[in-house]
Amino acid sequence: MLTLIVDILTWACFIVGGFFLFIGSLGMVRLVDFWARLHAASIIDSAGIGLILVGMMLQGGFTLITAKLALIVLFLFITGPTASHAVANAAFMSGSRPHDLVEDVTSEGDKPNAKDDTKSDSKTKESTGSKTS
Amino acid sequence: MRAIVQILGLFALWLIMSGIYKNLIIGFGAISAVLCVWIIWRLDLVKDRAIWQTFRIIAGTKYLFWLVVEIGKADWAVAKVILSKVMPNQQRLIGVPANQRTDLGKVLYANSITMTPGTVTVETESDHLIVHSLTDEAADMAALEDMGNRVCALERPEPMRRRDV
Repeated sequence: MLTLIVDILTWACFIVGGFFLFIGSLGMVRLVDFWARLHAASIIDSAGIGLILVGMMLQGGFTLITAKLALIVLFLFITGPTASHAVANAAFMSGSRPHDLVEDVTSEGDKPNAKDDTKSDSKTKESTGSKTS
Repeated sequence: MRAIVQILGLFALWLIMSGIYKNLIIGFGAISAVLCVWIIWRLDLVKDRAIWQTFRIIAGTKYLFWLVVEIGKADWAVAKVILSKVMPNQQRLIGVPANQRTDLGKVLYANSITMTPGTVTVETESDHLIVHSLTDEAADMAALEDMGNRVCALERPEPMRRRDV
């Protein structure tokens, strides 16, 4: 009985995790530019990998394997965001900006190489004004 | 004292990861744990305050569970964006104040933002982060600040320091 429940939970984790992996990969193809695709990758990072590893842990039971899988989840939670931050920061530093920015705090002053300076300038001023008030 | 705790921690990690309990292998584990701790002390990488003196670890695990729920919600929101017919064009680069005092707090906050789908920390300044957000909902300033306050609550207050440090 208990094994049946565990099996059902495992299947649920695998199916939902696989769904999110699929969504993430689809997002990598569909989204508009580099910056948006980064978010699709972060879905795979969190929901996809997390759920699949939780499913594996359920199958592992209270064994050493589960402890190892838990450590893998923990380390992925630390290194995953660090890696995507490194990629994003490298793009930011090289002057790449997302196209059609609604709001850009970096366009005023210190970063002159922002692409959408002129387009988003008025909107930026509005929004920063409302933020400080 | 702290060196012993570090050695035991690293050795426990070795024991979990290896799974082979022969004398030789356990001996290698013990030696490498001691060697690693000796190297980090020699490189002067040890902070003058231990992690449990600057950070509430038990509250931290509670925060982790809260974060997992938030990530789940954000995952669903971004999944809907990906599956929607029209790609939204509402990307923003926003400045988010980061009031954390310790480096660990700042790292935790920036990593939490990046971990949550829909927002990525792009650049860290001394008192604020530059965050790229995919949609309008993801750029919710109140939610981000709430997360920041939760991280701030995890930091222990600074004890009275000596003047000359």
